[in-house]
Amino acid sequence: MDSRVLQTWELSLWRGTEEGRFASYQVPCRERQTVLDVVTYVQRHIDASVSYRFACRVGMCGSCAMTVNGVPRWTCRTRIAEVAQGNRIAIAPLSHLPVIKDLVCDMSVFFEKWTTAGGAFVPTPGATDNFAHIPPDHAARRAADAAIECIGCGVCYAGCDVVGWRPEYLGPAALNRAWTLVNDARDGAGAERIAAVAGDAGCHACHSQQNCTRHCPKHLNPAASIAGLKRRAAAALWRGGS
Amino acid sequence: MSRAGEARLWLAQRISAGILGVAVVVHLGTIIYAAHVGFSAAAIISRLHDNLLFATFYFVFVAAAAVHAPIGLRAVIAEMTAWRGRSLNVAAVAFALLLFALGAHAVLLLTAGV
Repeated sequence: MDSRVLQTWELSLWRGTEEGRFASYQVPCRERQTVLDVVTYVQRHIDASVSYRFACRVGMCGSCAMTVNGVPRWTCRTRIAEVAQGNRIAIAPLSHLPVIKDLVCDMSVFFEKWTTAGGAFVPTPGATDNFAHIPPDHAARRAADAAIECIGCGVCYAGCDVVGWRPEYLGPAALNRAWTLVNDARDGAGAERIAAVAGDAGCHACHSQQNCTRHCPKHLNPAASIAGLKRRAAAALWRGGS
Repeated sequence: MSRAGEARLWLAQRISAGILGVAVVVHLGTIIYAAHVGFSAAAIISRLHDNLLFATFYFVFVAAAAVHAPIGLRAVIAEMTAWRGRSLNVAAVAFALLLFALGAHAVLLLTAGV
């Protein structure tokens, strides 16, 4: 899709809260426009009451995720020409999260699940005595490295069918975070964290459908992290953990 | 369900899936062989009678199915409905016992004539 041959984008933006409707806007096409650029254009030039969330605009902060033509995406790094259907584009808030207004979701539940999954680093008693020696090629280090770059955008959570079916499910991002800490030699809460993620709506609720992996804008593999947690929980069970 | 319980169920489902994978192939192979040779129902039953190997195989098959199916059904119900908790666990166990009872009865009937 070459945006240069188009005059305008036919934009449908979600307006309202849980109850609402799509409103139509026409936005001029520009070179290398992102989805976030288009939403910003609407807010600054057409309707100042449009609410949306962004901060860094360079794919670091994880605050601008929205549903774009039915697919959860980070909008600041998504070229509109690559995801539009013709010149039509529908932008809605992320799925599985309460809508505050227009494109803004309440992320509280999402981050509360990080806490429930043991997402906070717990230093071992002697952690401040000296630096931990962790070789770069250590297997646990590599496992943590592969999952560490999560920006907390919620795209995986919105794309996960299991979250839709079981709202209490911790979700891919929280479990991915737990996996990085389970593999952190400096962390002192491994057993408690495995117990936290192996609960009724924890890692075992995942069907390995890998929607999280497919949609992750950072190309992480939360499905693999969750599979790792399942193995660790089984190993803990084998050793007599609870 | 306790935290260890969820991990235990996950392991049980994976192990039973492995057994079922082999058992289903053997079962289908046996059916295809019997059909290909052209055995009558009476000929099949006569071969099963007092056959300890068949009885053992199908008891393992039935046990694996009785473990595997209710765990999956419990997960599907929890996802598709609002049914959760102890009553769902009890129902899943009851379904497991029903599957095992029906399957064991069929195996005993064919191999021991009970």
